[in-house]
Amino acid sequence: MIETDQLTRCYGNLTAVDALSMRVEPGQVLGLLGPNGAGKSTAMRMIAGFLIPTSGTARVCGHDVVREPTKAKRALGYLPEGAPSYGELTVQEFLQFIVRMRELKPEVGYRRFDEVVHRLQLEDVLGVCIDTLSKGLRRRVGLAQAILHDPPVLMLDEPTDGLDPNQKHAVRQLIDMMARERTILISTHLLEEVHALCNRVVIIANGKLMADATPAELEQRSRYHGAVSFSAPGSGMSQEMLGRLPQVASIEVDPLDGRITVFPKPGERILEPVERLLREQGLEVSEIQLERGRLDEVFRQITTRDGSHANTANGGTP
Amino acid sequence: MTLPGVVMRRELRSYFVTPVAYVFLVIFLVLAGILTFYAGDFYERGQADLQPFFVMHPWLYLILVPALTMRMWAEETRGGTLELLLTLPITLWQAMLGKFLAAWLFIGLALVLTFPIWITVNYLGSPDNGVILAGYLGSWLMAGTFIAIGACLSALTRSQVVAFILTALVCVLLILAGQPQVLDFFQGTLPRKLINGVAHLSMLRHFEAISRGVLDVRDLLYFLLSTIGWLLAGVLLLDLKRVR
Repeated sequence: MIETDQLTRCYGNLTAVDALSMRVEPGQVLGLLGPNGAGKSTAMRMIAGFLIPTSGTARVCGHDVVREPTKAKRALGYLPEGAPSYGELTVQEFLQFIVRMRELKPEVGYRRFDEVVHRLQLEDVLGVCIDTLSKGLRRRVGLAQAILHDPPVLMLDEPTDGLDPNQKHAVRQLIDMMARERTILISTHLLEEVHALCNRVVIIANGKLMADATPAELEQRSRYHGAVSFSAPGSGMSQEMLGRLPQVASIEVDPLDGRITVFPKPGERILEPVERLLREQGLEVSEIQLERGRLDEVFRQITTRDGSHANTANGGTP
Repeated sequence: MTLPGVVMRRELRSYFVTPVAYVFLVIFLVLAGILTFYAGDFYERGQADLQPFFVMHPWLYLILVPALTMRMWAEETRGGTLELLLTLPITLWQAMLGKFLAAWLFIGLALVLTFPIWITVNYLGSPDNGVILAGYLGSWLMAGTFIAIGACLSALTRSQVVAFILTALVCVLLILAGQPQVLDFFQGTLPRKLINGVAHLSMLRHFEAISRGVLDVRDLLYFLLSTIGWLLAGVLLLDLKRVR
């Protein structure tokens, strides 16, 4: 479990993290989202015990990161931003160094080493200098380092940054697999990742918590939620007809590909009436889609507007 | 293995996989030899001891120790591994101790590798080997203080060059503190007691006493305490970085 309590960090006059309070429970994968410079990494560095909070505190598995740093660090596996490691060492030397630093018993250490190396497919590069590895491999070494002691709490700062799609998929599978009994906090600015991984999202901007919800809840806030979009050549006539449907609020046409998006009035379902209308008009529709809502739009909305009234919308998290 | 031991081992490993260790050893041994035989008049003195050898050590350390210690924390800060290290379950003090011990043991190795000079002097005459042992001990203790200074100043900055220059500067000040020229400079401006204090800060004075074979507790304490003091200052500097 991770708890932060009014966690605040200032650099001179700049408040990087501003009274951040949140709680991540076992079994949750929380995605910490925010624009660059929003304070994601600073918040994680404080939870990991690298930076000391200006005020407020954080707890990892009940251990205060300021008062009991060693206990908190033992419970935590942490991948810092950019996955730093000692480049002059080989992968094997580096991971053995971590095993010793984690003070694992030799038999446990060997077993975990083998498991983690196998899981992250590092067998072939064990004897290779980390400096000469590709970015993706280096990130996997960093992940291996973080999960080596099988921690109950895992915190990953942009775990898939710089990976190709296959590697991203592998890392997501790994996180998924580990998620069951663990508490996982990942930071990212990739919205697709939120869909793929997280069952909860916290959005921060300028160090403040702006939203705390599930991905589905966030999507519902999008004006695209429940909208219907389709491509149909020569549908100029039907646009007018669509606009006359009682459930429809507005219609937009993409100027580039001519895709038509029909927005519902609040609380209305419009897929069926739209489909019926199109059929009656005898229009050839190649494909029709019910939109779930667009996270990127919600993200933009939340992180660019003035934060003063944002908190009231997210169900009362301070 | 204890945690400082783990850090020490990794640090030593880094010395030896990069050319740092070999460059250091070769330059140290070559310079120590040349300076002893040519600049130190080893033969012409006609005395069977290693004074000309030990006299050169402060000046060797002045150049070589900052080169050894400059990367100690500066590189960790710049490469981001500091974040990794400090989020592992280790205290700053343990990490500092591990890094210090690695450098100190390494200098110890360099000193051990000067054994041909010891063999030479034993072959040519019959020196007092107790005094020579004391000389080695003093030299090693002094190296410890140099390393502690370097460790502290490397924690101050993320630039290795700055760390090198600052360390060399502080070390040269501490070497020269007891020289008559320096003390004369302060004569008249500073009260007598303070000048005596400055003279007592001098590394040369304490080192020369030990290397003559006089093991005074005060000289030993000087090196021990200043080493611990500089290491503590380094830990404080690192801690300050986490707060600021």
